[in-house]
Amino acid sequence: MNHTTCLTNKASLLAVLLMNAAANLPARDITVKGSDTMVVLAQKWAEVYMGKNADAKIQVTGGGSGTGFSALQQNKTDLCNASRKIKPKEIEACIQAFSKRPTEYKVALDGLSVYVNEDNKLRTLSLDELEAIFTGKIKNWNEVGGHDAPITVYSRENSSGTYEFFKEHVLKNKDFVASAQTMPGTAAVLQAVAKDKNGIGYGGAAYGVGAKHLAVSREKGGEAIEPSEENVVNGKYPIWRYLFIYLNPALDKGPIGAYLSWIRSDDGQKIVKEVGYYSLPKNLRQ
Amino acid sequence: MSIPTPSAKRTIGWMGIQRGHRARPFEWLMEKFIFLVSLSAILMVFLIFIFVAREALPIFFGQMNSAPVQPALPVEEMNKLPKEKLREYLGLSPAKFAAMDEETKKLLMEARLEAQTEIPEALRQNKDAMLNTTQWRYLLQPYQWTDYDKPEYIWQPIGQIHKYNIMPLLIGSLKTTFAGLVFAVPLAIAAAIYVSQLARPRWREIIKPGIELLSAIPSVVVGSFTMLVLATFLQKVFGYQTRLNAFVAGVGLSLAVIPVVFTIAEDALTSVPRSYTQAALALGASKWQAAWQIVLPAGLPGVFAAVVLGFGRAIGETMIVLMVCSASVMSWSLFDSARSITTTIAAEMAEAVAGSHHYRILFMLGALLFAVTFVTNMIGDLVIHRLKRKLEGKR
Repeated sequence: MNHTTCLTNKASLLAVLLMNAAANLPARDITVKGSDTMVVLAQKWAEVYMGKNADAKIQVTGGGSGTGFSALQQNKTDLCNASRKIKPKEIEACIQAFSKRPTEYKVALDGLSVYVNEDNKLRTLSLDELEAIFTGKIKNWNEVGGHDAPITVYSRENSSGTYEFFKEHVLKNKDFVASAQTMPGTAAVLQAVAKDKNGIGYGGAAYGVGAKHLAVSREKGGEAIEPSEENVVNGKYPIWRYLFIYLNPALDKGPIGAYLSWIRSDDGQKIVKEVGYYSLPKNLRQ
Repeated sequence: MSIPTPSAKRTIGWMGIQRGHRARPFEWLMEKFIFLVSLSAILMVFLIFIFVAREALPIFFGQMNSAPVQPALPVEEMNKLPKEKLREYLGLSPAKFAAMDEETKKLLMEARLEAQTEIPEALRQNKDAMLNTTQWRYLLQPYQWTDYDKPEYIWQPIGQIHKYNIMPLLIGSLKTTFAGLVFAVPLAIAAAIYVSQLARPRWREIIKPGIELLSAIPSVVVGSFTMLVLATFLQKVFGYQTRLNAFVAGVGLSLAVIPVVFTIAEDALTSVPRSYTQAALALGASKWQAAWQIVLPAGLPGVFAAVVLGFGRAIGETMIVLMVCSASVMSWSLFDSARSITTTIAAEMAEAVAGSHHYRILFMLGALLFAVTFVTNMIGDLVIHRLKRKLEGKR
């Protein structure tokens, strides 16, 4: 008898403790997953935001936009970074998971550069030439006015949003040439191009120490445009994209909502610039 | 007249319980614990196999459809359709369908319709857009896709049309494995012969742990070393076109395979009775002759087992191949790139939505890999037994 009362006492004590804990529960960790392109940016955001708000805890991981979406569909992440738009199939899977369409926020602008080796004399290529090179129609540098050597194409793994964006917008949905070497990240592409004087690769304009960024013209003989901030933001440079954050609309409140609106505020957008992407024009921040 | 045997009482009982758990309870407990652990290992292998096979089954039975253009129903049809039809159309499991409220179902209907109306006209006109590319015909045989001028084997799982031809991956795996074994096996076996037969004890003490230490290097490290240093060096020496290719991957792989083959081959050769060598030497053979013509043949089953294990290690190795080369080219040349099955699974699994056709194809590849290693191990085992019997003269 005595024993049981003791137990119930303990149980009630535990319950009280638990309730207390729930009441002053510190803000739960915010998990962010997705695009490798955005990892550095997202980490910087998290770092600065956590510095300002002592009770915020944010965990950032990469893996690729596709990886982020698949985590979002399994409710394994709060925010999903993506360097491409969500696909219809992924919207469907999200609806199945949390009965709502995911909310989409544009959070930054990014230009995609085409890299070649420093020793390559070539300065500019047109969009059509890029398509032909990456689909394997053009196989030698001398066909586009370069030196006489076969072209080695470096690409990204197909879980990358950059891969899909490039395939859709530069290759016009044609396939990459089969001999394209797929590299695990933008840094690896750069690394490979820097070491291979016949190499060509693509990736964020923010990266790029060690290789040369080509200027790109919309058609052959047209004006060649450098992937600079000005040219990307005003839309002159032809290969650019938005960077997105997706989330379950039910979570878009409280600490997560505050974090998201901070990202799109002037403070957050200043960091975008520091990391090397381009901040959103004011009219797109809502 | 029978002598009562006192031991009869305490021998075998149920699971040996009567055998002596009173006399030596600790040993008895340990024995049972080890038995359970080994049993759970077998169970684990079995469960993993079941899991892989289950995820891959819809591909084997042709139940997946990867065509991007599919019939879509207007949202109003939702209430007219029989429940079972609706569930099939939305692609939901019965349990999930029952738990879902009307609002969500409606959202799903809308999303499905929108996905179909968003398809650009160019894709709608594309003859490939109606194909179910997960059929075996497209997985194994070349096909002339739009924009290609001849039938080709294409692995491009991401894109408007999902091209899942697995032949480039099979060839990639075989190519890198072959290249790895070509380097590793002769070197490892030669080292094993040297260390077990010819080397002075002092040298043996240095070389053996040295080679075995190779296996302690994480494969990521071997991979990056191969990618950054070896690749450049080998290209300078041989002057081939593609810097990162199956040959370089093979050299990298051999660093992982050598310790495996060496350790087992060395054990096998050392366990050949000393008297064989001594007899050969007494008959006037040189040390070298004794090693090559007596000990190596006698230890052959063990050496063969080492090679089979080395093969398993090479074909299952992921990181080195992933880092060194990963283009899915259909080419038997060692100096072209290659994409192995393991690379594909590692690089794409995280991206694939659970239950999608891409996901199932990857599991199918996993099952294939499992089957390949299983069959080679079995053949290896058979050959070893035959060799053993032959060597022992028990034809």
